[in-house]
Amino acid sequence: MKETQTLKNKEKSKKVTERISGSEAVIKCLLAEGVDILYGYPGGAIMPVYDELYKYQDKIHHVLTRHEQGATHSAQGYARISGKVGVAIATSGPGATNLITGIADAQIDSTPMVCITGQVGSHLLGSDAFQETDIVGISTPVTKWNHQITKASEIPEVFAKAFYIAKSGRPGPVLIDITKDAQFEEFDFSYEKCTGIRSYIPVPDTNENDLNAAAELINNAKKPMIVWGQGVILGEAEEEFKAVIEKAGIPSAWTILGASAIPTSHSLNVGMVGMHGNYAPNVLTNQCDVLIAIGMRFDDRVTGNLESYAKQAKIIHFEIDPAEVDKNVKTDVAVLGNAKASLRALLPLLNTNSHKEWLQKFKDLYNIEYEKVIKDDLHPTKEGLTMGEVLKEINMQTKGEAAIVSDVGQHQMIACRYADFKTTKSNITSGGLGTMGFALPAAIGAKMAAPEREVVMIAGDGGYQMTIQELGTIFQQKVPVKIVVLNNEFLGMVRQWQQLFFDKRYASTEMTNPDFVAIAKGYHIDAKKVVERKDLKAAVKEMIDCDGPYFLEVCVEKEGNVFPMIPTGASVSDIRLE
Amino acid sequence: MDTEIKQYTVSVYTENNIGLLNRISAIFQRRHINIESLNTSPSEIEGVSRFTIVINITESQMKKIQGQIEKQVEVIKAYYHTEDETIYQESCLFKIKSDLLFDERQIQNIIKESNARIVTVNKEFFVLEKSGRTQEIELLYRELSVFGIMQFTRSGRIAVTKDEMKISTMLEAFQH
Repeated sequence: MKETQTLKNKEKSKKVTERISGSEAVIKCLLAEGVDILYGYPGGAIMPVYDELYKYQDKIHHVLTRHEQGATHSAQGYARISGKVGVAIATSGPGATNLITGIADAQIDSTPMVCITGQVGSHLLGSDAFQETDIVGISTPVTKWNHQITKASEIPEVFAKAFYIAKSGRPGPVLIDITKDAQFEEFDFSYEKCTGIRSYIPVPDTNENDLNAAAELINNAKKPMIVWGQGVILGEAEEEFKAVIEKAGIPSAWTILGASAIPTSHSLNVGMVGMHGNYAPNVLTNQCDVLIAIGMRFDDRVTGNLESYAKQAKIIHFEIDPAEVDKNVKTDVAVLGNAKASLRALLPLLNTNSHKEWLQKFKDLYNIEYEKVIKDDLHPTKEGLTMGEVLKEINMQTKGEAAIVSDVGQHQMIACRYADFKTTKSNITSGGLGTMGFALPAAIGAKMAAPEREVVMIAGDGGYQMTIQELGTIFQQKVPVKIVVLNNEFLGMVRQWQQLFFDKRYASTEMTNPDFVAIAKGYHIDAKKVVERKDLKAAVKEMIDCDGPYFLEVCVEKEGNVFPMIPTGASVSDIRLE
Repeated sequence: MDTEIKQYTVSVYTENNIGLLNRISAIFQRRHINIESLNTSPSEIEGVSRFTIVINITESQMKKIQGQIEKQVEVIKAYYHTEDETIYQESCLFKIKSDLLFDERQIQNIIKESNARIVTVNKEFFVLEKSGRTQEIELLYRELSVFGIMQFTRSGRIAVTKDEMKISTMLEAFQH
């Protein structure tokens, strides 16, 4: 097969071979890659693999999700908190297509994931056979790599390659489709991990001249500012990053996926950038003289109108993916490479600095934001419960040590803005794709990957109902995840836009909701509903103290808005506080 | 901002794997860029394929697309070139009624002057083959269409560059 020729590591070791079926080979490949948990849903075309899983259930724990989308999001949650590759498995046809949303989400958020799908027998390919879809064709635009296996002998090499691609460089999702006959076919199995592919350079070399140029710009800057993204977390560069900002005294802001790389309370952490980010870092993006982007990709939700984004600043971009450089924002210096290595090499080139006056500007603008927005969010005086005060209560009772898994919408922005993160890999959310329904299954994966951590899921009433069936998975697997639904009986973010930009025409955004507590209890999950402020603290305490899974519904004000806000297409300078 | 649209010939060296055509063409489709011509063939290196793609876009778009193509796991390297930097040919076939070959003296002159080649002749039709640059083929088409063309087909562009593309060296480096 072709892959044989593409692998760098051609040296044939003395391998022990054994004659086994393709489906058993799949399990052995997974074990060789250190996989001990799978999220999936069986069906006709993947049954031989499931039959082998039955035999290996003492070594690999299969989690039966209630929908294949749930399997991918669980695998994502697992990957995001552990840094390991998440694995999801499904049958052909609808099983495979149901994976697509999670795969697309993992692709845009650079989450390492391997998805395995069964496929009809190779003699039926292209015949519109029962439950046949061209999943390789369908998944091509949303995978880092994919491959269809039609012969059992391909399995070891394709699996080795898949795991290598998924986790190396800028991580991403990989899909392997295996025909049913390949699962049954017997062959001489041996396994060798992939260490390189000749056409694939996962981490580009860092150019010393670029590093020196970056250091010179930073050392000469009067008003430098950093915007960091998930690249710091994926590159495990948290310590190096902290050392750089502390030595050079640079105010640093984060994108939504960069959150938690350094503690929220760090004196140089100046908040979140972007559409619903903090006032200071957004406004001062257009006042800094050097903007240093680290492991972020200048997403349009971060930059607002590109024509008026940081035009006064020299731009330095630390980036692992060369295709991201100059894609949205033209850089003056691009430092390619892994964030950990680049920042480590940068540190000795930097002068010690503090930029006190410049940092004070961030504090001054924070005070404005506090008076206009944060105070009312966290310490409301009016009647309705705010989403912010729920977050504040969770922060207090988890001592800021919880991993927060948020869904998509208003509550997500509130969760990311107000969650108190003390440790890295604590903010798990759907950033680039904005997938409603992400949180509940992702929280399952996160909690299973890090059972020692408190995992609190926060969703709105809309997104929660998109994957509510995963309560069944939580119940069956006894995953002690804490589920918080902030219920405003609206698709809140869309409603906010309708209010602000569509003359309050609330087209199809009001939700008539079921009895969420009864549903949770139907799955034998302890549950409570809070409608008044006076009951919030005790309810959150009861949730945190509960050993098992717990569902908490908090009825929040119906028409609460999330501010600050940069309207679509506006400049970051035009961020609105009300 | 760079707004000048130019014609670029993109050369992509890839592993010879199933599905890569889909991946590469999707990069253009997603950005709503029409591919003027696309050809895939073996390259000068065994086991390595070469895509030759012609598109009309701005250079800044071109650079971004080059990056997106190179990002594909099985792509070894992508280059882009302007017209002046390549030596290219296209090939075409004309099917024309045989009567015209004998009745219209002008057709014989056109064939001769255009350096076209008669591939086959039978009682009903003859087939003419012409390789050349785009304009040459377009000229021949215009000249022959006056007399009537039964069928016409044209290949994608194939091109070599004036400058060296150091793929072999790059592949050697990959092995270490």
